Amino acid sequence: MKRLLPRALLAPAVITLFLWMIVPLVMTIYFSLIRYNLMQPDVEGFAGLENFEFFVTDPSFITAVANTFILLGSVVAISVVFGVGLALLIDSPFPGRAVVRVLLISPFFVMPTVNALLWKHMMLSPIYGVFAQIWRLFGAEPIDWMTDYPLFSVILMVAWQWLPFATLIFVTSLQSMNREQLEAARMDGAGYLQELRYLYLPHLARPIAVVIMIETIFLLSVFAEIFTTTGGGPGDASTNLAFLIFKQALLNFDAGVASAGALFAVIIANIAAVFLIRIVGKSLD
Amino acid sequence: MPRRPSKVSARFVIRTAVAWLVTLVLFFPLAWLVLNAFKTEQQAISIPPLFVFTPTFDNFIEVQRRSNYLLFAENSLITSVASTLLGLAIAAPAAYSMAFFRTKGTRGLLMWMLSTKMMPAVGALVPIYVLAQKAVLLDTRFALIVVFTLSNLPIMVWMLYSYFKDIPREILEAAHMDGATLWQEFYRVLLPIGMSGISSTSLLCLVLAWNEAFWSLNLTSAKAGTLAALIASYSSPEGLFWAKLSAASLLAIGPIVVFGWFSQRQLVQGLTFGAVK
Amino acid sequence: MAFLQLQGVEKFFGDLRAIKGIDLTIEKGEFVVFVGPSGCGKSTLLRLIAGLEDLDGGTIHLEGRDITRVPSAKRDLAMVFQSYALYPHMTVFENMSFALKLAKADPAVVKEKVDRAADILNLGPYLQRTPGQLSGGQRQRVAIGRAIVRSPKIFLFDEPLSNLDAALRGQTRVEIAKLHRDLGATTIYVTHDQVEAMTLAHRVVVLRDGKIEQVGTPLELYDKPANRFVAQFIGTPQMNVVAAADLPQIESVLGTPVPAGGFIGMRPESLSVQPAGQGHVQGKVDLVEALGAETLIYVSTERGTQIVARQVLRTSLHAGDPVGLEINSAAAHLFDAQGQVAAPARATS
Repeated sequence: MKRLLPRALLAPAVITLFLWMIVPLVMTIYFSLIRYNLMQPDVEGFAGLENFEFFVTDPSFITAVANTFILLGSVVAISVVFGVGLALLIDSPFPGRAVVRVLLISPFFVMPTVNALLWKHMMLSPIYGVFAQIWRLFGAEPIDWMTDYPLFSVILMVAWQWLPFATLIFVTSLQSMNREQLEAARMDGAGYLQELRYLYLPHLARPIAVVIMIETIFLLSVFAEIFTTTGGGPGDASTNLAFLIFKQALLNFDAGVASAGALFAVIIANIAAVFLIRIVGKSLD
Repeated sequence: MPRRPSKVSARFVIRTAVAWLVTLVLFFPLAWLVLNAFKTEQQAISIPPLFVFTPTFDNFIEVQRRSNYLLFAENSLITSVASTLLGLAIAAPAAYSMAFFRTKGTRGLLMWMLSTKMMPAVGALVPIYVLAQKAVLLDTRFALIVVFTLSNLPIMVWMLYSYFKDIPREILEAAHMDGATLWQEFYRVLLPIGMSGISSTSLLCLVLAWNEAFWSLNLTSAKAGTLAALIASYSSPEGLFWAKLSAASLLAIGPIVVFGWFSQRQLVQGLTFGAVK
Repeated sequence: MAFLQLQGVEKFFGDLRAIKGIDLTIEKGEFVVFVGPSGCGKSTLLRLIAGLEDLDGGTIHLEGRDITRVPSAKRDLAMVFQSYALYPHMTVFENMSFALKLAKADPAVVKEKVDRAADILNLGPYLQRTPGQLSGGQRQRVAIGRAIVRSPKIFLFDEPLSNLDAALRGQTRVEIAKLHRDLGATTIYVTHDQVEAMTLAHRVVVLRDGKIEQVGTPLELYDKPANRFVAQFIGTPQMNVVAAADLPQIESVLGTPVPAGGFIGMRPESLSVQPAGQGHVQGKVDLVEALGAETLIYVSTERGTQIVARQVLRTSLHAGDPVGLEINSAAAHLFDAQGQVAAPARATS
């Protein structure tokens, strides 16, 4: 009885998560190997690696992969670099610090679709958007961001959301820094730059790694923003891997090809996850 | 000896100014959204932009009339609350078991659970869509609740586990010696003590479910759509509509942003899987 | 019949044999103290008795009834935890009445019992406070009160004073002693502090490495330690234990043969410091600790052994002064090479 109880308590969670993990995975693998079109359910047959080939030779494939990594890299770079800067900036007390913290964190809690439209219409619109107004203020011709620089626009709105996340993480981490160590360094004659290099940045190394890993995992599947604003375009200029898969699945209704693509995404995510697990594992008591 | 009045250094002033400046710039889009929600459409698109105006609530009323806002709001509310409660029902016993009946495999189990959260949603898109279609569950709240629950389950288990772990074992042993059955231990001692942890975890998961857009966009449409999907449908402008969009958005995000302020700490813990304390 | 009887009690933690076949009997109304260094198993033994851990071997009988497999809640024992383990979300009253409430006792009876316990412990004014609003000493009393209310067969204390500051510790020690005198309840008390053991116990159980080294009244343990470990564990400052080889004339001093490789044990108060040239052993003063009521003199012998002597009178000796030490042979203890007592130490006159 004493052995049974803990297992019984765990069972629902373990079983449901196991199913959640296995069932889609098995189905995806299965679909990727057959011909399956949602609009033509009678077309069957083993497709072997045909679906993979099709997905990879899609003219948009290379662009999608490139865009995925460009998006990922840019947002990570922006959020980490500016996140560290912001965290260091607000680390020590100043008037209104509590309010600043609250304001800074807010963008992260905005729904992705609201985020997308906020930027598309109110900030980046070439006619009424705030950017356009500022451009006009300086006598320049406003830029049509979403059409001319679609990927950059997506990067901008996603970064706006994730910068607060990174900042919050770093702020939290800085709070646990050993103050006495800083004081000792100061007595040893360290200036701010040296404190930065020898104390702050090493302490932040781990949170930075964590932020990079977390963002990688979540940003690989950026979808809502693209769906709501550019629709992946113009053409495939702002299509990423996730959107490409979506297009195959629910616009072309080709479940087979979409599944093949999904496996790619899963593999990439797995690689990032392995690193993250290692870091997480160390902190799990 | 009289104390020398402390001098405010130039560096401090500069730092404060920069911090505030950056904050205001970064917060500006949100602030602009809030302002626009209370303007008329004419005012919203005025050039140069208007900062001072008489606020109006017309937009909010209009939004409901035109797009049945309340239905979508209700869907958002029901799906996020239901998935949070369901998640709690599954996660709490599991977290309790892992916190108080630790075995050698507990750590591995926890890591495995966390790893299921790390898989991209798009990887499960086709199977889940097909399953939902076959089970005639497309465009139902039920499907969303199930998916939300499963998506947030790892985070819930992880966070409840870390809260339960912090409760001193001896308090539960004292209850045990006082004659409490397992259920009484859980209900009369663990639950009241862990309540703050449970509520902040619930809050975080509520926020995550509310904001969830990927599954809402793909699995639902007119009947079970959440606010996330509703807002997305505004993406092609139909005439003047900035102010209404702002109003609709404000309604959709308002409470959540506020909740988010309260769940900051849980956010850090939950979304970094505890790697940052 | 013994009130509590442990027979062949064994406990393993993985491969570690934490409790190695312990036999012990405890009489009704006794105050027994388990004492020993960290890791000796005293808390484990207490938890086995409480039922918070399961036995891996042996039996426990309470009033003739076998409680080896009986769950804690049914053993009718109450425990005072080291960290007090109070329920932080309940008032003092609720904390103390929790067990009775679970047993569905009559609220009037509950109130009466709680009031009585609160009276004894001076907790009356605090009954509606929560633990967070109490001081350390008050919390400790609530923990004790929680146990008293249940009128258990045995009170179990797990290092209850270790979280208190020194002044409070002495005070609370006296209170616990008085409490036992008034209530007469059987008590098992675990501590690493031998002063608590000496002052509170009827009998002391000295544990090391999961085994009982010796059981006896405090003074029995002090005067007649069964082995070197007990001899050096009980008594502050520690008994001087010197290899016989380092005290060449010791056999003639004591008048009895000393086992080969054996040791001589001398309590500091059984040594008296003499002017250089007199006494049994010669040496030099290392350090003088003047504590006011007594003085400790640390001496290094010619062989390099350090010995502590204790005297009531003040001294004018300084570090470096040559001195002699006179050994009271009647109070000396003899240990063989394994540390067991070699000959019964003669009773001090």
